[in-house]
Amino acid sequence: MSDSPLLEVKNLAVRFGSGTGAVDAVRGVSFTLNRGETLALVGESGSGKSVTALSILQLLPYPFASHPAGSSIVFEGHELIGAPAKTLRSIRGNRIAMVFQEPMTSLNPLHTVEKQIAETLYIHKKLPRPAVRQRVRELLELVGIDDAERRLTSYPHQLSGGQRQRVMIAMALANEPDILIADEPTTAVDVTIQAQLLKLLADLQQRLGMALLFITHDLNIVRKIAPKVAVMQKGEIVEIGPTSRVLKTPSHPYTQRLIAAEPTGAPSVLPPNASEILKVQNLKVVFPIRKGIFNRVTDNVVAVKDATFTLRTGETLGVVGESGSGKTSLGLGILRLIPASGRALFDGRDLLKLPNSEMRAMRRHLQIVFQDPYGSLSPRMSIGQIIAEGLVAHNIGDKNERESRVIEVLREVELDPDTRHRYPHEFSGGQRQRVAIARALVLKPRVVILDEPTSALDVSIQKQIVELLRSLQQRYNMAYIFISHDLRVVRAMSHRVLVMRRGAIVEQGAAETIFTQAKHPYTKALLTAAIDLKAVTDGTVRQ
Amino acid sequence: MRQILSLSPLNQRRLANFRRHRLGYWSFWLFSVLFILSLFAEFLANDRPLLINYDNSWYVPVFTSYPETTFGGMFETEAEYKDPAVQELIKEKGWILWPPIPYRFDSVISNLDQPAPSPPSKNNWLGTDDQARDVLARLIYGFRISVLFGLVLTVLSSLVGVAAGAIQGYFGGLTDLLFQRFIEIWSGLPTLYLLIILASVVTPNFWWLLILMLAFSWMALIGVVRAEFLRARNLDYVRAARALGLVDLRIMIRHVLPNAMVATITFLPFVTSGAVTTLTALDFLGFGLPPGSPSLGELLKQGKENLQAPWLGITGFFAIALILSLLVFIGEAVRDAFDPRKVFVAEKEKP
Repeated sequence: MSDSPLLEVKNLAVRFGSGTGAVDAVRGVSFTLNRGETLALVGESGSGKSVTALSILQLLPYPFASHPAGSSIVFEGHELIGAPAKTLRSIRGNRIAMVFQEPMTSLNPLHTVEKQIAETLYIHKKLPRPAVRQRVRELLELVGIDDAERRLTSYPHQLSGGQRQRVMIAMALANEPDILIADEPTTAVDVTIQAQLLKLLADLQQRLGMALLFITHDLNIVRKIAPKVAVMQKGEIVEIGPTSRVLKTPSHPYTQRLIAAEPTGAPSVLPPNASEILKVQNLKVVFPIRKGIFNRVTDNVVAVKDATFTLRTGETLGVVGESGSGKTSLGLGILRLIPASGRALFDGRDLLKLPNSEMRAMRRHLQIVFQDPYGSLSPRMSIGQIIAEGLVAHNIGDKNERESRVIEVLREVELDPDTRHRYPHEFSGGQRQRVAIARALVLKPRVVILDEPTSALDVSIQKQIVELLRSLQQRYNMAYIFISHDLRVVRAMSHRVLVMRRGAIVEQGAAETIFTQAKHPYTKALLTAAIDLKAVTDGTVRQ
Repeated sequence: MRQILSLSPLNQRRLANFRRHRLGYWSFWLFSVLFILSLFAEFLANDRPLLINYDNSWYVPVFTSYPETTFGGMFETEAEYKDPAVQELIKEKGWILWPPIPYRFDSVISNLDQPAPSPPSKNNWLGTDDQARDVLARLIYGFRISVLFGLVLTVLSSLVGVAAGAIQGYFGGLTDLLFQRFIEIWSGLPTLYLLIILASVVTPNFWWLLILMLAFSWMALIGVVRAEFLRARNLDYVRAARALGLVDLRIMIRHVLPNAMVATITFLPFVTSGAVTTLTALDFLGFGLPPGSPSLGELLKQGKENLQAPWLGITGFFAIALILSLLVFIGEAVRDAFDPRKVFVAEKEKP
């Protein structure tokens, strides 16, 4: 028994649909997992990582999904594919547990923390009530939730993202499973929290001796947490082996590409006499909280307080910070897409005081690219129409000239100009982001605000976009305000960096200075968490 | 506009889904055929001939009026083609082509062999009403006026409703607040009493009724359109459009409105059937179209007053039932066609 692996997945295939419309999401995946072992499954979105994990628990939408003949998942000598529902129920949540990516939607919003965790105990262990309560408290303490007694009665919305994910882990651990499947457990949380969660998972695994199947797209996490890694592409495992070997000397071209895809390089050197183009002084963005039937303003949430910085022609200013730190509000405030006060001098004219019509004319010089390439393109307009929209708004050129400008700008973002008659849904995320960049670029702006332009994209695409942005900047001498939580991308892009926390700028300076000799403790914590994935407790709020 | 003419893949899928809904699809065709036929009611049911050949020249009484003297009669007034004497005169030197139903909605039949209302016969396929007018002729004209009223009211109230909903949703805040309170008060006004009051001040005609109904029916679409605009105004692509420097009107029309159109179009058949019902109800109560106009409500009223003549009530009932059922079936098909989940199911079924 001790010789045979705990879990053996052999030749697993998953097919969605049937007949000619069938899609094979996973093909011929085989791996084994021993007691106490950690295996990381890496791959880009759509590579079949999550589907593989869900089929281990037989949680796919059967019979729409099916496993063609030859697939086998053996857990402790029991075949799971086609196992009776009762057997599966006794295994799910009991012997094999799972932690999902999005803790907000994975927790029932109407149940208290205690009830959510206790549920699995009632079902599988049939413990008496006081014992369950005791056990839930132990679990919360185990996953490092402070003040566990008080948190028992909290509802999910009262917890922070990190705490929710800890609760999810506590639920998964409730019955001391043999295998814990973690499906991108840290993707939805900030870097500092991510580091803490990874540390927690590693600790718990050692203490409880579980096997851990860790699904991620982030090679840095793999490097940190898993001694063994399986790389997936298009539903197949293309490479599997010890992490140190796979990451150092990858044999499969896809793995090599994935490793090479980490954004590297540095921005081009800025001429010392570059002129100042945007000067922001004491910019403040405030969201009023209204109460009562008369909507009186009872309180304010200060999203950005007294932001002061300058931006020079051709320069990239990286804005970093965790979610909720006011990065996006800062960008939107400068463009007057949300109300802001203070001063934002563009070419010596205060954008925040311009009359509406003049501001509209000014907008061609200041453009923005949003994070989500799926939401930022109007689904009912063709690519050509989307890009030409700005030209129409500013009465630039006639119909033919607009058309030729659209073609030119599509070439510049490395898209086929013939695609201009197609609609956004026919494009991939990376292509859509190129369209969004083209839409901003066609007006030949002088300042572009890039609001997390790479975070919704796969790593290999991220690198391409970063390189595209850098080369466009050099060609047109545009200034970028590059907003991101991903410090590696920021490092590859920025001349100067501005660190935000809770609406305030805690530190700003030349990128290299910030990255090598940060002064503020928060910056230091952020950097360690992001780059070394180390949890640092001082300077951050432990959540 | 281009994507409406050359159908985008999405719209093609919607059209295919609409076709797939057999009942609604056939209802749509039947309704269209009936409506187009009724638009040419003058050629179907008229007390003037379609064509006359007299003395080797052609006359088209449907379009032009000719004095009786043209055909060798005595009077300078327009020829009474139903008059046997006039018919005799014409037939001497030519022939007459009559429409299938030789009565208009208001032609009183003088030579009935029974007192009006007379039951269905060879001449009057659906009988006559209590003023000796042909029921089928009145039905055709009544159908036309009901459907036209419904369609015009739908188009106008959609235009007003979409514009009002768009303004509220897009600008939000105080505009929205004040507008919503106004709608709450306005929708509290009793429409029927206003119509009754109006009926005592002016003689209500088609346009008066339309205006008064429009004043209240535009609120039907506000809810969906406003919600759609409230949702869309914070979407990234609307923000991007603002960042491009577009004026508000263009953002509303090009970027947000297409989203709201789905909900609006889904509603339209139901708004139309509502308008048809209201007009019928008003006519039935006697506050609708001026006396003598052909209308389905008036037909029902006659049926109620002449229970001994069941063909009146039955005709009215079946006509109303047919129009409303067809509109509701079309509405269901449209709703299904725009339902994204239905698309998924339909595609999966494809072999």
